[in-house]
Amino acid sequence: MVHSATSLPQRFLGWLKSWEGLLLGLLIVVLIINSSLVPAYLSVGNQVNLFILFIEKSIIALMMTFIIINGEIDLSVASLMGLSAGTMARLFELGVPSGLAVVAALCVGLICGAFNSFWVTVVGLPSLVVTLAGMIAYRGLVWVLVEDRSISVLPAWLNDLGQKPIVGPFPFALLLFFTLAIVGYVILQYSGFGRLVYVIGINSDVARYSGVNVRRVKMSLFIASGFIASLAGLLYAARLGAMRSSTAEGFELDIITMVLLGGVSIFGGSGSLRGVFLSILIILNLRNGMGLAYLSANVQTGVIGLLLILSVLVPNLASSLRARMARRREMMRSLEMAESR
Amino acid sequence: MMTSLRRSIRPEQVRELILILVIVALVLFFGTQVEGYYSSRTFTRISTSIAVLAVVAVGETLVFLTRNYDLSVGSIVGFAAFFVGTQLSFYKDIPPFAAVLMAVGIGTLMGSFNGVLVAYGRVPAIIVTLGTMAIYRAMLVEYPGNKIVQMSALPIWAQEFSRVNVFQLEDFELRLIVGIALAVVIVFQLVLTYLPYGRRLYAIGSNPDAARIAGFPHQRIVFIAFVLSGALAGLAGFMFMGRFGNLTVVAGMGMEMQAIAAVVVGGTSTTGGVGSAFGTLLGASMIGLLDQSLLRWRLISEFWRDALLGLLILLAVAGDRVIVDRVRTLWARSELQLRPSVATVRQEESVHGS
Repeated sequence: MVHSATSLPQRFLGWLKSWEGLLLGLLIVVLIINSSLVPAYLSVGNQVNLFILFIEKSIIALMMTFIIINGEIDLSVASLMGLSAGTMARLFELGVPSGLAVVAALCVGLICGAFNSFWVTVVGLPSLVVTLAGMIAYRGLVWVLVEDRSISVLPAWLNDLGQKPIVGPFPFALLLFFTLAIVGYVILQYSGFGRLVYVIGINSDVARYSGVNVRRVKMSLFIASGFIASLAGLLYAARLGAMRSSTAEGFELDIITMVLLGGVSIFGGSGSLRGVFLSILIILNLRNGMGLAYLSANVQTGVIGLLLILSVLVPNLASSLRARMARRREMMRSLEMAESR
Repeated sequence: MMTSLRRSIRPEQVRELILILVIVALVLFFGTQVEGYYSSRTFTRISTSIAVLAVVAVGETLVFLTRNYDLSVGSIVGFAAFFVGTQLSFYKDIPPFAAVLMAVGIGTLMGSFNGVLVAYGRVPAIIVTLGTMAIYRAMLVEYPGNKIVQMSALPIWAQEFSRVNVFQLEDFELRLIVGIALAVVIVFQLVLTYLPYGRRLYAIGSNPDAARIAGFPHQRIVFIAFVLSGALAGLAGFMFMGRFGNLTVVAGMGMEMQAIAAVVVGGTSTTGGVGSAFGTLLGASMIGLLDQSLLRWRLISEFWRDALLGLLILLAVAGDRVIVDRVRTLWARSELQLRPSVATVRQEESVHGS
């Protein structure tokens, strides 16, 4: 963010012209269309209900923002959601106390996150390949755990936590999301650790040569990602009240789209949680709107895929167009100068 | 002796040799575990399953060589198989040749969409193909019709397709599908080794900036790699349809993961510039072998398949990073040591001579 000595309205206008302003415009358009289709669309109750449908993905998207800004990617999150839900459900089914089962599931998330981070930071493999392998392997472990059954006997308190509101209309997961969003925003924008995440994302070699412990930062991010993913998996199972081997399969597409549409560069080093928050709102309202227009879930996923591509293609085209126009302007100027001489 | 050996064998070949040994060991191992393992039926089952995977994986290899990824191949295989299957069950008089062309054409179209976005739109391949994976799958699901292709509705030649042999010796049969896959591997091995286009793929993958500065048509090469990957996925889609006959909308799902596993296990570098079609065939063989053998191994449940597959990818990539890279530097160092010694010998000769 460039803070220039301009007045507040001017800065606001500048922000409107930025990517985030564009997202805000898009969000307003989607909201207007949706509320014209359904009365009381914008009521708090309806928006909360909408948000809850995407709450697990949104929570992971917050963490994924850190990872992508850091110049890495974690494709294994959706499989980890399934693995943690599977671990918890299977242990509870075998008669383990529910609290212990939940703790064990969270530990599985930590261990898998540490496993990913080991290959990325210690062995030095690209995170794309490591987490792709993790995505296959963790999903494979879910199959080993629950095979082709569906487990619908979950701890009662967990079901309540996932389904019943605790403060006003807000259930636990939504409150957790807002807490994590605020904490994440403060860490990313105002703490030393957050600065390091950006610095490493811009150029990890330069960061290392300037004495930044790159390995430690990346390690903590991947472990945190594993933990958050397993937490989200538990919340998902709690909300649905059941789990099977394919639970949360394919969620990584939505999650990564949320982050990249929010203006985070896939090459790392730029983006913010503000943009990601806006893009989360856009995606969940867009999906809901498509549902209202009777588009099937697969078409919705296809549209999200298209959106993902466009969210990178459009800025690319804009920047190359701008470069071309600048070059032409430069050429015209030099021509004029030559003529006037 | 040692130096001449070192010169005639490259580290990549050592790697392929190790892979062959592992495959042989696996075959021997499963032979002791599974009853009636050494039979022509087992061979046919495993080889046809390898064949479809190998064709997809060879296309993926081309893309990998340029430091890109293609996650959409599974959806392309599914769409091509489903589309051709639907057409064949409606219009029974479509000749086989036209059906193949149709499948390859669809794959080419889908691959070129990927390629345009990656090469000319400068959108990272992971984003493009993650997106098109969903888009192509959505196209398949939304394709008008009854969402299912049945073997019995296909024309006779398509029903027989998976049982046609190119070669038969008593019990031993080599299916046409396997023959097609072998032909694809051989053709692309030759392309990669001898054609300028093949060599340019390596040049781009090992150093994109240098290749650009050297004046290679960088964008066009990457574009064509994606087109070929799509076309091969389309061909694999046709083989897929011939092999299974009965198709649903999940046809080919997860194929991209297996293809990437085959490519990586086969020794193609994830950072581009290293790899071969033959290595990929070995990788595909290993995965197909494990896949089919684990199904019949009583000791562990078949559900371990994917967990092992993921682990295999990690071990292959890590093994490359840790062992093969070290061997490669060792190789390079011994070359360096060799040259000064030759130079000093010459120097000594010239000193003595004068």
